[in-house]
Order: sequence, then structure tokens, then C-alpha cells
Amino acid sequence: MSSSNAPSPKADMPPEPGAPDARDHVAAIMPAAPESSALKALLVPHRIVLMLIFAGAILAMALLMRWDWLPGYLPRIGSGIVVTLIMLFASAGLGFLLAVPLGLVQVTGPWPLKRAAQAFCTLIRGTPLLLQLWLLYYGLGSIFAQYPEIRSSFLWPYLRQSWPYGLAALTISFAAYEGEVMRGAFAGIPAGELEAGRAYGMGRFTLFRRIWLPRAVHRALPTLAGETVLQLKSTPLVATITVIDVYAVISRVRQETFLTYEPLLLLAAIYCCLTGILVVAFRALENRIPTRGV
Amino acid sequence: MAADASSLIDWSLLAFSAPGWGGVLLAGFVNSIQIAIGGYSLGLLLGVGGAFGKLYGGPITRDLLEIYTTLVRAVPELVLILLLYYAGTDGVNQVLALAGYPPIDISGLAAGIFVIGVVQGAYSTEVLRGAIKAVPSGQMEAARAYGMAPVQMLRRITLPAMLPYAIPGLANLWLIATKDTALLAVVGFSELTLVTRQAAGTTKHYMLFFVAAGVLYLLLTLVSNGLIALIERRARRGFPEVA
Repeated sequence: MSSSNAPSPKADMPPEPGAPDARDHVAAIMPAAPESSALKALLVPHRIVLMLIFAGAILAMALLMRWDWLPGYLPRIGSGIVVTLIMLFASAGLGFLLAVPLGLVQVTGPWPLKRAAQAFCTLIRGTPLLLQLWLLYYGLGSIFAQYPEIRSSFLWPYLRQSWPYGLAALTISFAAYEGEVMRGAFAGIPAGELEAGRAYGMGRFTLFRRIWLPRAVHRALPTLAGETVLQLKSTPLVATITVIDVYAVISRVRQETFLTYEPLLLLAAIYCCLTGILVVAFRALENRIPTRGV
Repeated sequence: MAADASSLIDWSLLAFSAPGWGGVLLAGFVNSIQIAIGGYSLGLLLGVGGAFGKLYGGPITRDLLEIYTTLVRAVPELVLILLLYYAGTDGVNQVLALAGYPPIDISGLAAGIFVIGVVQGAYSTEVLRGAIKAVPSGQMEAARAYGMAPVQMLRRITLPAMLPYAIPGLANLWLIATKDTALLAVVGFSELTLVTRQAAGTTKHYMLFFVAAGVLYLLLTLVSNGLIALIERRARRGFPEVA
């Protein structure tokens, strides 16, 4: 009885409320065919040869290079990955919260606010993140240290560490890039949808909450995914101001073991995996939102 | 407070001659621009080759190029710069050793251009591939019907016709290239960001120097934006106006 059901236990589970609708839509848009055809596309002779060559290369790396340092450093690498992810998600979350008003103000705001938002975006997008990071950490940090009021305030234990500066620089940078994206997304919503909302008697805030923001986020989602991957690739910069993320851990490994390539290759593999997970997660998120046509 | 503010800004530190650091900053700035131009050009060459390989190459070329663009775009630039910097200099020296020459010290400039070029090549491959695909196929067919050889067609039709589609993406890449040069500070190449940090660390006037460097980068971006607008207007002449 139960053994015949065992291979697909999930199919029998009651779906969450709301989920079947979305799944039906996705299923209607993309039938299951692509997955099997993707598998078939991988099994073309030249791809098999290429995969064998790469498997051989990875095997050679595993056997011929020195990896005996790895077990001892695993816990530290793990905590480094956690720090990297915290930096990524905290800065992307805070940055997105900043980006919404930045984008909105550039579309509908009064001109002083519009100019200020434009100037902010130009300024941040026109200078390297590394410079901004060092400006905040060394520049602002040294100024903070000059004032006894700040040194004696409750914030000082935090301001004395390096991660608030890293988080601030990453957040500001993400907000500026994403603010431009949100500006385009807000401006691109068809006027008819907003007018329809107004015709229903929605107030400005209700209109924004129910129609303008969700539609803009939906439109911006593919770009948001790209920006988040770029943000992940920016996080190792915080290692230059002594935040111990996975990049800093690997730098430490390189200093202690005098190895050049092995730790860096491992680091590249780690970032590849993180990028892949992010891309897949965003694609799943995009597929959850039902779209008509296409 | 007032005394603090005036001691914070000591303009003589930016003087060009020896006690001031202005000359050092400008030299770093010139280095940055050189690397950006060199790396961007190398990236464009790789990108043109990569785009044509991806569009017209055999299955193996296509797969290898796909791996190249995916890997480069998935790994942080900082990590790539470290890997390529060491691997590149090591590789050249090993080739030299095989050929019986003593190892040479590869200049930071050449290594930097190589690294930025490889990174930029992956991105410009994608930009140019999209632009080439956007050229109406009738134009290419017309060229073939006139009996143009592939290289001739590339020079006369494909490259000029795809330019208007490629320029926004390529302009973006140029701005990224100018900012990516800052990452070479981590491998110790004395471009603008690194000399700024040295100047700031020596004089303890962190704010002044970092803001000065920021102004230089911003100037580069703004001047580039102006030039890009001019180029784009010229490349798009004859196209219908898009709002």
C-alpha cells in the first residue's frame, strides 16, 4: 500500500492555500518539457567529453594540490560564509528600503528632493565602492574618534568596530544602484492602472501600497536579482577594513599556509555556489508571481 | 569646532610639489585611466571574439565561451583579480623558464590591464552578442547576397550596424572598468585609490584625501557620461527618437 506511494510522497500532501493557483499558472506557462530536454541537451557527445575533461581537472586539483589544511579551517570558513551572507542580506534589505523612496522621489517628488536623490545616485554610482568604504571607515571613523561626545555615547562600542562601516557602505551603494532601477520601475507602470486605483477611491497611500509598489517591485524583480548578485560580489571588499567574512578567512589561510592557488580556487567555488543559489532562488520567486501571456 | 574644521582642511597638502600629495594623486589617477583604457580595449577585443564565437562558432567553442562568461560573472572581481594576478604572472614566468629565460618581473600595469581585460571580456561578450542579434537579419543576408566575405561583412555591415544597440551596454562597461581599477589597490598596484590611502595614512588627513580622490573619480565619470552621450547621438542618427 504505502510502498507504492513512497516514491512521490509530496504529491499526496495537501498544498498550502493559495499555492495551487500559482503552481497552475506556472505549469500553464512552462510545461515540464524543458527539464527533460535540458537533460538531453547535456548528453550530447561533445558535452560528455567536456564534462569528463572538467571532472578530470577537478580530480587532478583534488589529488595533486595540497588540501590538508582544509579540515582545520572548515569551521572558520563556515562562519565566514555566514558573515558574508549577513552582510549581503542586511545591506540588500536596508538598501532596498532606502531605494524605494529614492526611486519614488525621482518620479513624483518636488524638485529639491528630486535633485537631491539624483545627486546622491550620481555621486555613489560615480565613485568606486572601495573608495567609499575607506572614506567611511578611515575618514569618518577618524573624525568620530576626535569628539569626546561620540566616544562617550552609547553608540561608541559599535562605531569602534569595523562592520557598521562596511554595512553602511554596502547599504548606500545598493540603495543608489537600486534607486535608479526603482525609478525606472515606478515610471514604467501604465498610467491607466494608477487611474483605475484612483477611480476606485483609493487614497494616495493605499494606491501606493496596493498597486504602485507591488507592480514596480514585480517589474524590477529580474534587475533586482542581478543587483543582488552584484552585491554578493561586492561583499569581499569589507575584508579590507578587517571584517572577517569568507574572503578574509581565505586570506588568512593564504598567509598561514603560504599557498596561493588552493584557497583562492576554493573561494571562487564558494562564491560560484552562492551565486547559483541566489539565481535559482530569485527565479523561483519570479515564477511564484503569476503572469499572463509570454 | 571652528578650529577643528579649519585644521581638517589643509589645502597645502594637495599641492603638486613634494610636501603636497597632489602630484602623487594625479600620477595614480593617470595610472588608473591607463589601466581602464587598456583593460577596456582588451575586453572589447575578447568580447568581439567571444560574441562571434558564441553566435557562429562550433558547439565546443560555444560551450567553452559559456563557461568563461558564467564563471567570470559568478565570481567576485576581487577574487578573480587575485587569481589572475598570481596565475598570470606565474604562468608567464613558467613559460619563460621552459624556454630557458630567467623569470621577469611583470609590471603592475600589464598585469592590471590583463586582469581587467579578462573580466571585462566576459561582460562585453554578452553585450555584443545581444547587439549582434538585434541587427535585422535582412541586412546580413543582403551583405551575403552581394558576395561579401565574412571578414568584409563584419567590417562593413555587422560591426557598424550593431553599434547603436551595443553602445548603452558598452558605456556601462566603461564606467564599471574605471571603478574596477580601484580593486587593483588590493594587489598593491599604485593606482588612485591605493596612493590616496597611502597619502591619507601618512598625513592622517583621511577625509581630505578620500574626498579628493572621490572628486577625481566623479569627474572621470561625468566627463565619460558627456562623451558617451555625444557618441550615442552620433551612432543613433537616423533612428526614430525614443522617449
